[in-house]
Amino acid sequence: MHELAICQSLIDQVEAIALERNARCVTSIVIGIGPLSGVEAQLLKNAYPVASAGTIAEDAELVIELLPIKVSCTQCGSESEALPNKLICKQCGDWRTTLVSGDELMLLSIELEKGKEPAAEAMH
Amino acid sequence: MCDTCGCNVTHGNEGLIRPGGKLHKTESGKEAVSVLHSLLHENDHTAKHNRDHFDQHNVLAINIMSSPGAGKTSLLEATIQQLAETGSGATLRIAVIEGDLETENDAERIRKHGVRAVQIATGSACHLDAHMVHQALHNLDLAEFDIVFIENVGNLVCPASFDLGQHLDVTLLSVPEGDDKPAKYPVMFRKADLVMISKCDLLPVLDDFKVEKARSYLRDIASTAPVMELSSKDKSGMQQWIDWVRQQIAARIRFLEDHPVQTAHAHHHHHHQHQHVHNE
Repeated sequence: MHELAICQSLIDQVEAIALERNARCVTSIVIGIGPLSGVEAQLLKNAYPVASAGTIAEDAELVIELLPIKVSCTQCGSESEALPNKLICKQCGDWRTTLVSGDELMLLSIELEKGKEPAAEAMH
Repeated sequence: MCDTCGCNVTHGNEGLIRPGGKLHKTESGKEAVSVLHSLLHENDHTAKHNRDHFDQHNVLAINIMSSPGAGKTSLLEATIQQLAETGSGATLRIAVIEGDLETENDAERIRKHGVRAVQIATGSACHLDAHMVHQALHNLDLAEFDIVFIENVGNLVCPASFDLGQHLDVTLLSVPEGDDKPAKYPVMFRKADLVMISKCDLLPVLDDFKVEKARSYLRDIASTAPVMELSSKDKSGMQQWIDWVRQQIAARIRFLEDHPVQTAHAHHHHHHQHQHVHNE
């Protein structure tokens, strides 16, 4: 269960960005996960409320884009979709492929609600 | 991976952020911030810092991963013994970082051979991360060593996701576990720079384990890693393993001669702890 650790790392990043942007709250977080990242989307979703409790991202919607596995064949040059434990070329069947996508574990974007006025000015 | 130039945008994810893509819309009154960072950004940053540390001292770092009980500590003990006994070539100065949930048992096993070992007790964490290794490095003077083995927590899942700053990953697959482990844990085995089939002295008794099948499962996940068969008990395969380790140390030193480490590394990188983000 390393998803909680990853979720906490995610929240740290989101908090830093929200602070930098002087946001009032974070409304959504979009992450991209490939099956070969070693991270389970559902476990990440389960961990999210725990990791985000009491933070600026507490009420944000966590959107998970599941990215497909694609390999490129070093022998015939074609690109095809593949399964996590079958990364062979669909065209020629060769095993000598390189991964094009499918191991991503990325924070893609976040959506913020800005404060009406910057906090610093409101103090004056 | 770089934070600023957009090289995080890969062939795989560019469709998401292109105009009209899923991530390119914003409701009024809200601000969308495109980030494109690894979720393990902080960990990766510390891992790079660790790697710079190793490189500054010409130390090769090897991360050893496997299921619990596949023979990681035994492999290290046998390696230390073999080097002491045969004295083949120059002696390697070894240090070991041990990761376990609890106990100093493994570090003590290593220390009995007169080798420096630092134990990391992870508590409930099922993997080592770069920060834990960074802490451990505070207890090691890298100038005294040629190679650091990091023995990860026994687990074929979580350790695969965390860069520690190592140069190479070795994954053990012990004969009692079964030859289809690479098909069941592709993320872990895909990461390996060397796959070692351990406890090979058991092959005659556990004859349902077929080395050729394990190799075939590894090809299915497009692994180009060499596969070695070894037994820490009867010492078969040990010389091949030690030769590989020596080759890797030599290769790293050659690489560092061609690509010297920037000396001001620590201060240089610490400037970049804040996030770089871009407006949509």
